[in-house]
Amino acid sequence: MTMSVASGSRAEGSPSEAADDRFQREIIDNVRPPVWRNPTFSGRYNLVVIGAGPGGVIAAREAAVLGAKVALVERDLIGGDRLNIGCVPSKTLIRTARLYAEMREAKNYGGRVPGKIAIGFATVMERMRRIQAHLSRADSARRLSEAGVDVYFGEARFAGSDTVAVAGAVLRFKKALIATGARPQTPPISGLAETGYLTNENVFNLTECPRRLLVVGGGPLGCELAQAFCRFGSHVIIAQDDPMFLPKEERDAAQILSDSLAYDGVEIHLNTTVVAVRKAGALKIVDLVSDDDKFSVSVDEILAGIGRSPNVEGMDLEAAGVAYDTEAGIHVDDFLRTSNPRIYAAGDVCLEHKFTHTAEASARIVVQNALFLGRQKLSALTIPWCTYTDPEIAHVGLYVREARQAAIPVRTFTILMHDVDRAVTDGEAEGFVKIHVRDGTDQILGATVVARHAGEMINEISLAIYAGIGLGVLARVIHAYPTQAEAIKMAADAYMRTRLTPTLKSRARRWLAR
Amino acid sequence: MAELLAQSDEDLLDRFQRAAFDYFLEQTNPLNGLVADTSRIGAPASIAVVGFALSCYPIGVERGWMARADAATRVLATLLFFWDGPQSEQPDAIGYKGFFYHFLDIRTGKRVWQSELSLIDTTFLLAGMLVASVYFSADTPQENEIRERVDAIYRRIDWQWARGGGTTVRQGWKPESGFLHYGWEGYSEAIILYVLGLASPSHPLPEHSFGAWNATYQWENIYDYEFLYAGPLFIHHFSHAWIDFDGIKDRFMQAKNSDYFENSRRATLVQREYARRNPHDFEGYGENCWGITANEGPGFKTLKTNGRDRRFFGYAARGVPYGPDDGTIDPCGALASLPFTPELAISALRHFCARYPEMIRDSRLPSGFNPTVSGDGASGWVSEGYFGLDQGIVVLMIENHRSRLIWNLMRQCPHIDRGLRRAGFTGGWLS
Repeated sequence: MTMSVASGSRAEGSPSEAADDRFQREIIDNVRPPVWRNPTFSGRYNLVVIGAGPGGVIAAREAAVLGAKVALVERDLIGGDRLNIGCVPSKTLIRTARLYAEMREAKNYGGRVPGKIAIGFATVMERMRRIQAHLSRADSARRLSEAGVDVYFGEARFAGSDTVAVAGAVLRFKKALIATGARPQTPPISGLAETGYLTNENVFNLTECPRRLLVVGGGPLGCELAQAFCRFGSHVIIAQDDPMFLPKEERDAAQILSDSLAYDGVEIHLNTTVVAVRKAGALKIVDLVSDDDKFSVSVDEILAGIGRSPNVEGMDLEAAGVAYDTEAGIHVDDFLRTSNPRIYAAGDVCLEHKFTHTAEASARIVVQNALFLGRQKLSALTIPWCTYTDPEIAHVGLYVREARQAAIPVRTFTILMHDVDRAVTDGEAEGFVKIHVRDGTDQILGATVVARHAGEMINEISLAIYAGIGLGVLARVIHAYPTQAEAIKMAADAYMRTRLTPTLKSRARRWLAR
Repeated sequence: MAELLAQSDEDLLDRFQRAAFDYFLEQTNPLNGLVADTSRIGAPASIAVVGFALSCYPIGVERGWMARADAATRVLATLLFFWDGPQSEQPDAIGYKGFFYHFLDIRTGKRVWQSELSLIDTTFLLAGMLVASVYFSADTPQENEIRERVDAIYRRIDWQWARGGGTTVRQGWKPESGFLHYGWEGYSEAIILYVLGLASPSHPLPEHSFGAWNATYQWENIYDYEFLYAGPLFIHHFSHAWIDFDGIKDRFMQAKNSDYFENSRRATLVQREYARRNPHDFEGYGENCWGITANEGPGFKTLKTNGRDRRFFGYAARGVPYGPDDGTIDPCGALASLPFTPELAISALRHFCARYPEMIRDSRLPSGFNPTVSGDGASGWVSEGYFGLDQGIVVLMIENHRSRLIWNLMRQCPHIDRGLRRAGFTGGWLS
């Protein structure tokens, strides 16, 4: 094996452009070592993985554990969006933002905060980088190599149906996995590109908290960051084209989120479209339209959080016979196989649900299907998701509208968090648990949880759906008291009470009266 | 107030109904039939309130509160205004495609506030017109003309256009910007809109539009009550002011072994249960103090009450149990549940009289009060003046409870019959 020096471009706004401190240096040392020699291997890989995001790393690690000869190719930073520009930095900021919100609410908890609450944005961002550095250790280039994965840095280009060229090397493969992820879409707003705007790729590089921030779009990322920056002291304006936030979620969840954002002080404009942006000195003037109402706002920064485009460019997919389009990404069947039977895809580059856990789950399917003649199906996955606002909004399975469109009779058991002791004691009583069942049965079709820790709570319902556990069984599962997850058992108990038909009640009365 | 509380339930209801009815005598421009949205100086007319007024006049005649001829004269003046007023895409028209703008200048009839061409408010107006057309059935020139005008106005409404190319009906339209870019989702007061749209003698909605709309329904078990969920209480009232849903079922309710009347009863029980639990610890809430709905509130502001920062709203669609809720009670909303839960509604009315006498003037209930916000007396903040929609729903629902007059009139209306059947309703009085 010989070594060559890899070359590759780095995405705009990646951590390499952020503040230069010891945490930043550790991150780079882990995810893109300044000095790295790509391996050389003249044989044929069992699996070549393109893209070292969450899906790619999982696939490479699992394949290596199972004895496969694996190459992992990354053009930028190991860890992908999750570690560098996605979940890890955003959730780190959200946690600090929540702390500030709680400090302001201290009196409602019987607490007292001495003096004025001052925001130290630089320390907020430093903590973010420290945590990124910490989490980057697990999947560093060196650790992956030690786990038996050949790590290549460089642009990957297919040179044929079973070969990939990387930084001057040609890798032959039996099977390949494309896991190149997605990137933010440029919103088609007049003047926006010229004026400049933030996305998740560069918002985490900010060194000062914007005094006034416009968030375009009320999807998950837009809502999460709107709330976080508002809690950091920005005057945040959010413009959402739809009548409510998170248009795919249940309207009651969106209503609670809207109330929560307003409570934090976010200036909300629903049914409002951003039509143009222009620069006026240091400010950005944004024109908005809501039906016949036209108005403008002045802001320091604009965050455009809408939509993501799959990364399909630059790989010469045509040379490998892999079908794709620039909107849906790489075309795959239910087994995640592309139009080239040697090549599979996983994660954001091919899936509608662009989540870290979906990328990982789909990558695991690919390892089984590609290397071990597996027949695992994407459609069999039970995929929960969560928007990490405060309160969080989590969902799994079918929505009511989806069930009804499929002609499935549906019935919903709802528990309000204000009826859950632990939520009340924690001062976190906003929200609900809604569990949808097939009418006449206890089969769980789906659920939505709105609660401070909804992302933790939804996992129990995901397990129930996956394992075929109905509300009848959940009602018999002892839940620790007091916990907020008790709401799930309370929903199951509500179901059980509906089983008490007049006949059963009558029999019970007769038995007791005997 | 002690004298009021000493009255029998029937007398008490009569008194509040009469007081609410008088709103329409006081706030109507007799020249064009337009009725003020509120009793506040300078308030424009609301076409929905006109619909309530047209429904109230037969009640006034039957109760001996006005002469039949006077009522017919008012009705005809109203119909002539709406028939003769300009219909076009021009901003100075009173309507377009047969629908009407939500708010009109009460004197000139011109559109105000750049208000939207409102489908639901036109529906309530049309419902009032249909009540009048059934009630004024005499073979006299005046009453014949009433029926002819109503028929002409109904035929002019283009319900198919109101879909905006979609399957379901849009919420409104403006000449400046076209259709409002949102529709109706979930159960709402729009059920009567679909019934009248489906029944149109000239431009009927397709039958599948009703199914497409109620595909967004949610059947929920909340506080151990199973019902078709909608948060604000008025949603469970407004269509019911005109249509007797007791015992008739569409496909959705057949599958749930319920009906919309029973649904409103359960929705009321959920409201009451929410108020008893009082999750946000608002002042006053309790088993006899409920009525969380679309109404006026203390204004959009944050106030510190009992050491807590709380957000309050102005006119907003408050709802249960998901909110928004700022502690504002609509006593008219509670009273409007009378046909569904008579004992609870009367208990609430007596509680309002006993506990919050200062908010009740001349036996008329305000749009809202909020004991959590400090004010003069236990009521706290009290909405100024009166809102026509509140007074209208009180008059109609008390009457439906007392005599079923509006329900019986609308049962005789062939359009209601046809619309319900096209929506898939069967059973009960439709059999």
